[in-house]
Amino acid sequence: MLTERSGPSDRSRRLTFPEAADLYANADFYELGRRAHEVRMRKHPEPVVTYVVDRNINYSNVCVCGCRFCAFFRPPDHPEAYVLSRQELGAKIEETLRLGGTQILLQGGHHPLLPLSFYEEMLAFIKERYPIHIHAFSPPEIVHFARLEGMGIPEVLGRLRAAGLDSIPGGGAEILVDSVRRKVSPGKCTAGEWLNVMEEAHAQGLRTTATMMFGHEEGPVHRLEHLFALRELQDRTGGFTAFIPWAFQPTNTAISRFPETAVSYLRLLAVSRLVLDNFDNVQASWVTMGPKIAQLALQFGANDFGSTMIEENVVAAAGVHFRMPVDEIRRVIRACGFQPRQRTMDYGRVTG
Amino acid sequence: MLDSEIYRKLGLADIREKVADGGRLSLEDGQRLFDCPDILAVGSLAHHVRTRLHGNAAFYVLNQHINYSNVCVNGCRFCAFGRKKGDPLAFQMSVEEVLDKVRSRLGEPITEIHIVGGCHPDLPFSYYEEMLAGVRALRPSARIKAFTAVEIAHFARLGGLSVREVLVRLRAAGLDMLPGGGAEIFSPRVRQLLCPTKISGPEWLELSRQAHGLGIQTNATMLFGHLETTRERLEHLVAVRELQDETRGFICFIPLPFQTANTGISDIEPTTGIDELKTLAVSRLMLDNFPHVKAYWIMLTVKLAQVALHFGADDFDGTVMEERIGHMAGAQSEQALTRSRLERIIVEAGFEPVERNCFFEPVSRNP
Repeated sequence: MLTERSGPSDRSRRLTFPEAADLYANADFYELGRRAHEVRMRKHPEPVVTYVVDRNINYSNVCVCGCRFCAFFRPPDHPEAYVLSRQELGAKIEETLRLGGTQILLQGGHHPLLPLSFYEEMLAFIKERYPIHIHAFSPPEIVHFARLEGMGIPEVLGRLRAAGLDSIPGGGAEILVDSVRRKVSPGKCTAGEWLNVMEEAHAQGLRTTATMMFGHEEGPVHRLEHLFALRELQDRTGGFTAFIPWAFQPTNTAISRFPETAVSYLRLLAVSRLVLDNFDNVQASWVTMGPKIAQLALQFGANDFGSTMIEENVVAAAGVHFRMPVDEIRRVIRACGFQPRQRTMDYGRVTG
Repeated sequence: MLDSEIYRKLGLADIREKVADGGRLSLEDGQRLFDCPDILAVGSLAHHVRTRLHGNAAFYVLNQHINYSNVCVNGCRFCAFGRKKGDPLAFQMSVEEVLDKVRSRLGEPITEIHIVGGCHPDLPFSYYEEMLAGVRALRPSARIKAFTAVEIAHFARLGGLSVREVLVRLRAAGLDMLPGGGAEIFSPRVRQLLCPTKISGPEWLELSRQAHGLGIQTNATMLFGHLETTRERLEHLVAVRELQDETRGFICFIPLPFQTANTGISDIEPTTGIDELKTLAVSRLMLDNFPHVKAYWIMLTVKLAQVALHFGADDFDGTVMEERIGHMAGAQSEQALTRSRLERIIVEAGFEPVERNCFFEPVSRNP
């Protein structure tokens, strides 16, 4: 099931932690971009930038985690709390398919009452009706389900997989350092638990992505620790398809600070491309950075434009509303000298 | 600058050498830069020049924009701001209303007041003189940068005055310098299509020449990303460069990406970030005699303007309140930036923020 894995590095030697820290702190903007772009072009010599047509469906906004960086969640008794009905879910998927979509990203909060069978039935409902890839339940949700049911992670994953789960999104990674997590998301799973879910998922043959949400209360060293933790796990499993860093958006959240700037984003993106030598793909985040900076990200290590996001609720709740129809994504990719190409979750080509 | 090997592979080794030696680029050189697919290679050359001129400094200004009227006789197709007289959305401020705008922000340490408007068909010349005198009296320490060459030519025609007389009288009333607007693209072909009633490219340049002759400094702009070719952009750059050789009266060059929404040509595709950065970089490289190049965040968005500081720009413009011209055309940027936010953006880009006045003289403030 796993496709060909990226070798650790085509360079003779990989970056050490001190080397990465030095580059991140001191390297010239152009030098950093150039080196990241070279790695990206070595891994993907064809002048192609990929994207996926999908929709973020949030089955519920009910969450008992209370992460300080989140503008999306509602407590269970809140008037705006919701759980999507089957009918609403079906309508959203039908629209996605009509628009040429190949997958849905299905995520929610940590709902305190819904049993694992709810999620199994939701997956089965979708799989019985629609030919669509289900990329669902970030590791914190999986950990939450396991706790609620008093079950092990392998069993939860096994049951969801049997019900139709195709792959796992890399959300909820935030910063994979517990001292940071204790400050910004004390109710959410630990860094070790996040990594453990991914390791188990990979062992069961599920591909996953990995994300990083930066620019809240972490420091540069924590970002690097995050990258090295991912690299180490990827060495063992090879199960990550892509890395997606995105910048924290502070509006409507309990963390008050200026949003991360474009230059800091590009520097982090480039360092990610250089450290994660065993990841095939790095995504640009137009949803948080806008199309113009996403274009430049294609020169700073990114080879993928992410998703068309027919629907997106979480970043929008934090006051950022970039919108890009497929045609616009294709146009801005071409303007950078690349051919746009629609892909699937595991970076296969979409034909037809 | 990036490694010379990169430029050799791109066929730009000679241009890299010229830039390193401080030589002048030809129009053909500029065309090769526009045609180069490697945005980092082009940007890095511009960054080299910008660093040679200004080191690590990135400038900004605490300013106030006032658009006194949107009534305009020109009807340029690229404009979403101008209205005909009598249009329900037309407005014109009285002198007192302009002064109220200034009064409302007297508590802020503003050093530049930027005043522009449409070419109004019947406001008397005394209106503009009174406006300047009033602003000057309210804010004697601030510099007044007002009226594009297009407005100045319009005042002259309407009042039966010479351009020289208009400029001399406005200066006596309080004018410090002219902004660079109305240059658009000098190409007669494009002007005929987009703004046939506006003054021509040669007229715009001649007016700037006269201002410089009187010791009034000005800026220069270029509106790009509509119907013009990259060659026409380069011809525009060469034209302002030649005038600058002659007068040395330009302070800052400002490339403005066309904002399509609500204009007469909203069906054309908007500029992308890569084109905007390349145009900025090529402008910096061609305009070897211009001290400054501005990343005007109103049109670029704050995020791209920050990155533009690495692509040849050395100025971030200002805090700007109530900008209307770009925003009427769908500019997605914020309406205002605070000083602390501006400084942080500059610092995070790796530069040292320097507050300036409209002449780019550093402003020193006692803490």
